[in-house]
Amino acid sequence: MTAGARTRSSYEGVAVAVPVTVPYRRYSTHGAHWWIGRAVDLLVERSGIAKDEIDGLTVSSFSLVPDTAVGVTQHLGLSPRWLDHIPTGGASGVMALRRAARAVQAGDADVVACVAADANHVESFRQMLGGFSHFARDASYPYGSGGPNSIFAFITAAYMRAFGAERADFGRICVAQRANALKNPNALFKVPISLEQYLDARPIAEPIHLFDCVMPCAGGEAFLVMREERAKDLGLPHVLVRGAIERHNAFADDPVLLRGGWRVDRDDLYAQAGCGPEAIDFVQTYDDYPVVVMLQFEDLGFCEKGEGPAFVRAKTLTHDGDFPNNTSGGQLSAGQAGCAGGFLGMTEAIRQLTGEAAERGVAGAELGLVSGFGMVTYDRCLCTGAVILSKAAS
Amino acid sequence: MTMPLMKPRRKNPVLRTRQMNLPPFARGRTALGMTAAAAEGVFALQVCQRCHAVQYPPRDACHACLSPDLHWTPQDGAGELLSETVLHHSNDPFYRERLPWRLGLVRLDAGPTVIVHLHGDVPSPAPFHALHALPPERRQVRVHVGARLDRAGAAVLIGFPAEESEHMADDKMLREMTSDPKFRKILVTDGKTEVGQALVQAFVKAGAEIVWVGHAEPWKKLPGLDDITALPQVTLVPLDLTNGRSVTELAGEIGGKVDIVVNNAEVHRTYGIAARRGTDVAKAEMDINYFGLLRLAQEFGPALKARSADGTTHAAAWVNLLSIYALSNYPPHGTFSASKAAAHSLAQCLRAEMRPSGIRVINVFPGPIEDEWNQNLPPPKVLPATLASAIVRALKQGIEDVYPGDVAQEWVERWRENPKVLERELAG
Repeated sequence: MTAGARTRSSYEGVAVAVPVTVPYRRYSTHGAHWWIGRAVDLLVERSGIAKDEIDGLTVSSFSLVPDTAVGVTQHLGLSPRWLDHIPTGGASGVMALRRAARAVQAGDADVVACVAADANHVESFRQMLGGFSHFARDASYPYGSGGPNSIFAFITAAYMRAFGAERADFGRICVAQRANALKNPNALFKVPISLEQYLDARPIAEPIHLFDCVMPCAGGEAFLVMREERAKDLGLPHVLVRGAIERHNAFADDPVLLRGGWRVDRDDLYAQAGCGPEAIDFVQTYDDYPVVVMLQFEDLGFCEKGEGPAFVRAKTLTHDGDFPNNTSGGQLSAGQAGCAGGFLGMTEAIRQLTGEAAERGVAGAELGLVSGFGMVTYDRCLCTGAVILSKAAS
Repeated sequence: MTMPLMKPRRKNPVLRTRQMNLPPFARGRTALGMTAAAAEGVFALQVCQRCHAVQYPPRDACHACLSPDLHWTPQDGAGELLSETVLHHSNDPFYRERLPWRLGLVRLDAGPTVIVHLHGDVPSPAPFHALHALPPERRQVRVHVGARLDRAGAAVLIGFPAEESEHMADDKMLREMTSDPKFRKILVTDGKTEVGQALVQAFVKAGAEIVWVGHAEPWKKLPGLDDITALPQVTLVPLDLTNGRSVTELAGEIGGKVDIVVNNAEVHRTYGIAARRGTDVAKAEMDINYFGLLRLAQEFGPALKARSADGTTHAAAWVNLLSIYALSNYPPHGTFSASKAAAHSLAQCLRAEMRPSGIRVINVFPGPIEDEWNQNLPPPKVLPATLASAIVRALKQGIEDVYPGDVAQEWVERWRENPKVLERELAG
């Protein structure tokens, strides 16, 4: 599999601004429309852009069913001239940004609100798992009903066996993210964890233990996409899109997922951005389980395949370290609010590059990479994507 | 290696009987093709008729060439264990009650990667450091994948060890998929026939704890009855399926203890419509073959359902001795065929009603049995002992539909190919 031979058009002139977070809650009685409504309200309030001026909308949500994005327009009284429904979990942030950016470049929309939000009732997670996909219903959920835990247990065990990773290597990722989360007021987890605590945690689906798992919760994340001049005119702090890729169902013949679709397109990504991985100041990886963070380090070119364990041993992954990763704490420590988990890295990257990351800021950050990974329909995650964002010239 | 199952201790009558929570049974229409094959003990996957790619999970278009022409085809199940996990957490009540639970990820030699319930005798893949010390031929863990019906009657894949071992049937996971007679209490509804006696012998041999044997006319001394009565596991009980009170009384006595009901009682006369006047014989056939099943199911069904999660030797199965004539009428035995067709239809209803409790209903469709009522039929005929061992095998392997003997195998194949053609052929 090779990336497209044609040159990709640049994302020049596209600004991303106004990262908002609807504070997470472990459980909430509110439905998806409530969370989406709160997110759009915050976008309007923080941007000063009137609701009627939002003429583009993407919605990412699992718990919105049977509604789609179109139902949201009537619910919230919006009348966009461009609309997309992108319920692709961990890949939804990158995918929403790519689509919104092209719509803005083409003039199909002036201001696109990209919104991801999910409800979480006490029964929600269990009910979602069995009906997550046709393949899950037929071929994975009936086997122990562990949900993604069992799939990523297979992947983690296979990765450990192939490349000699130890549990402590994954622990380094989780412990560093928890340290970052302590400086994120929105993170659900408020206490530090040590590597010993990580290693001593109870098993969930061997070799996955408690701190390898995210906690499902309710919440929302959103941002605005518009032309750069518009953002400047409005005086909105913003970032620029330097490059973006996505790929679905890559390496389908691999018997078990040990590499992701980023590998197929990463040369295009860096070529588009005009930089290499060494120029990136921080990464926001998708982190439903630490093994996939390691896969992203490898497949996005920060180290070679199989070098992930050595890489995490050599690097300090906290916001103030030499390789800042998931500076918000990531889903592992902030919580996984359904599709909003796929937006968490995007809103965090915008905050980092616009000086809104407060005490968890990455000093002098100019370039950040946000990676997405979504949708385990059967035995692997199908959607991969990545975006490189840069600080706007001041 | 699997440790042999020990005889469970007598249940404390004060404790609450645990209720059944079924494993997840929702499947798409296409995926039910795997259940249909597993119901007969076959592991089948869809194979593309255009490019021969093997498909999994079940789907509606070939993942390689997009052809919609995918045929369910038996597989040998050979594969390599790529990865394993042991679940200590599950979102489903059935599994929560049975943790820890072992799962495997297997690459079939035929192509697809499949998730399986992993048998305890399959070794774990060697870890990274040990792996490279092994010679290349020993780095792979070979497994044999088979399909079984789970407690909900839905097909699931199981990773078996490449080599069979002595007590592998006693694996905790595997026993959830099967209705092994070992240590179970079984009711055989009719002990006077050769088939009934062969069944009793086979269940005793398979390790049944108690076999109650129905005896409709206790004053009759029938050949063979003394032989089975002499077995320590066997108790004769009065049971007349034409008499509702008889069925009710026996259910009151042993209904709460029976783990497997085997209804082999039947009346078989060899007539069509014109060869005999009146309806008395046809009524007698219906009274046992159809109404007998109905009476038995009404009295014993509820007790069986209530005990379907009651320890390691919980109530497990219901076996109906039907006939291949239930599928298409065999005119020389026309009224018998009709009564078995009625029984088959009722057995489908019974299966649907038993399913929520996880009780397996096994329907057995033999061709002509080597007994007095098939005296005039030419061979091949099914020997009673062969039929009995086919039923024990079905219980042990979780099979739901059994077509024992060459005649039954051929008839079911013809029936599947074209039921109208079979009807015309049977008309002579």
